[in-house]
Amino acid sequence: MSETTHESGGTGPSHRSAEVGVALAIAAIGVIAVVGSMRIGSGWSPEGPQAGFFPFYIGLIIIVACAVNLAKVFAAADDGALFANWTQLRQVASVVVPTAVYVFAIPQIGMYVSSALLIAVFMRWLGHYRWSVVAAVSVVVPIFTFFMFEIWFLVPLPKGPVERMLGF
Amino acid sequence: MFEDIGNLMHGFSVVVQPYNLVLMVIGIVLGVLVGVLPGLGGANGVAILLPLTFSMSPTSAIIMLSCIYWGALFGGAITSILFNIPGEPWSVATTFDGYPMAQQGRAGEALTAAFTSSFVGALFAVIMITLVAPLVASFALRFGPAEIFSVYFLAFCSFVGLSKEPPFKTIAAMMLGFALGSVGLDQVTGQLRLTFGFETLLSGFDFLIAVIGLFGIGEILLTMEEGLSFRGKSAKINLKIVVQTWKQLPKYWFLSLRSCLIGCWMGISPAGATPASFMSYGIAKRISKRGKNFGKGEIEGVIAPETAAHAAGTSALLPMISLGVPGSPTAAVLLGGLLIWGLQPGPLLFTEQKDFVWGLIASMYMGNIVGLIVVLTCVPVFAAILRIPFSVIAPVILVFCAIGAYTVHNNTFDVVMMLVFGVVGYFMKKTNYPLAPMVLAIVLGDKAEESFRQSLLGSQGSLGIFWSNGLVSTIMTLGLIALFWPAISAGWTRVRGSAGLRPAE
Repeated sequence: MSETTHESGGTGPSHRSAEVGVALAIAAIGVIAVVGSMRIGSGWSPEGPQAGFFPFYIGLIIIVACAVNLAKVFAAADDGALFANWTQLRQVASVVVPTAVYVFAIPQIGMYVSSALLIAVFMRWLGHYRWSVVAAVSVVVPIFTFFMFEIWFLVPLPKGPVERMLGF
Repeated sequence: MFEDIGNLMHGFSVVVQPYNLVLMVIGIVLGVLVGVLPGLGGANGVAILLPLTFSMSPTSAIIMLSCIYWGALFGGAITSILFNIPGEPWSVATTFDGYPMAQQGRAGEALTAAFTSSFVGALFAVIMITLVAPLVASFALRFGPAEIFSVYFLAFCSFVGLSKEPPFKTIAAMMLGFALGSVGLDQVTGQLRLTFGFETLLSGFDFLIAVIGLFGIGEILLTMEEGLSFRGKSAKINLKIVVQTWKQLPKYWFLSLRSCLIGCWMGISPAGATPASFMSYGIAKRISKRGKNFGKGEIEGVIAPETAAHAAGTSALLPMISLGVPGSPTAAVLLGGLLIWGLQPGPLLFTEQKDFVWGLIASMYMGNIVGLIVVLTCVPVFAAILRIPFSVIAPVILVFCAIGAYTVHNNTFDVVMMLVFGVVGYFMKKTNYPLAPMVLAIVLGDKAEESFRQSLLGSQGSLGIFWSNGLVSTIMTLGLIALFWPAISAGWTRVRGSAGLRPAE
């Protein structure tokens, strides 16, 4: 794919390759739906339509729609538009990566501690705040959520070793 | 008719109980916050806060959640006018004239006009709901499975015909939603399907998780990519400006009425508030004497989209309460709420859950009045929140999305799914795949499939059942017209030559 298009905003993957990627990914889900439906029976049984009847046709429609979308991408001339430049993608990654660590940390160390860490990382790393401000916000928000969920609305959130130490 | 008025009065008596009034104000304030903050919108705001209502009575719960919805509708206007950032897609059209007005120092006037016309639009739609919903519901009680499926069919086809995204992308996104919705236990045969042996897929994909991920996380990623920094105009709004603006509003009565009608019409069909606001703006621009001033700070350019967006947002609840078919993603989340509280959405609500339905309708009246007062008095506070830098707001929103996703089923795997949906939403949005039909398909997939299979069962597999009587054939034919509308209108333009008028966006 043409990933070296030069524009004023810098370089990055082309919009065209992203279009192709998304269409192929959705088509892949369509194929999975068709295959999965055929395994459990997608036809007509004495009791009526089988479990795979509906998803089978849904999968077929997905594949056809994606084929049309792909054909449209290739029919149009490549205008060299970028999906996003690398700086922008780095910005996006700077949210996705810490959030990915965060969602896997929740079961281990609990919602409150991991939330405090996430907020602290964001503020310090992306916002360049002073440590005192970082500490204040990242502690106050989880404490507020604790009161809102556990105390007022009686909705328990996952807890880790720190909360156990404090006796919750 | 008179019985309905009595029911409505009873609804009001439920709503004005102090506990419910407090919930109403909390809902409005949370809703405006949700509407103002990037990454939080009506749909995922309601989805995140839905678990908080599990312990409440259904009536109190729906009052609070629907007020979040009203608040979000109001809140979108604040960011559009003061910051030129549409907080919600349906307030994009409001930025065209609202922001220029703020630049000229007329922010107060623009905000008052926006809030008041939102209120007028919503009120018009609520009155329409009060009068029409019971009739639709009693009519719909006679529907068999084929008719029910035809209504779903029409709803989904309207998405293809009316959305501004390419039709095949709409179809792909919608069918993806149906495919995700069919994962898990098959309702009819009790068989497992499309789980491929993964235990975590047994219960399927919950649409609340999808909503929080697609709309919430996806939106934050988009905002992050654009590297937004908020530099807003100051909001000076006081009683004098409000009264002055109110004095000039009555002369735009015809504009308001037209925008209300456009909004109601578009809101009932599930295309929703966003196209309604654009259409109303486009028509106002073409018809108004000062049409060429539009875009430079014309008050009519604020009234038209705001009235239509609010009328559409409100009337989106009409098909939800009378037919069980939500007209917008937020209405879909509310519908999901009904299921969780143990209510069966659909025409039976009007006979079996009178308190609930009329409480909801009464709360629409009260909620919009309370909402108008709250937003008019608290604009500076909400605007101040927007000045908090994104590097602080973003992680806090992420935390609330994660909590919302977790509390749906008390399951940490759902939080992982939320992030996956977020990344998927980012890519789909960037490549112009609409997310709303996908969410609606996840919600309604089971019901649409069930009615489809029941109809086919009755007809021994013949599709003729969908054209077996006048009613069902009419709805199905309308659906087909909506489905092929892009092709029909393209063909029509070609026939009439290149001079054909293009419909407004």
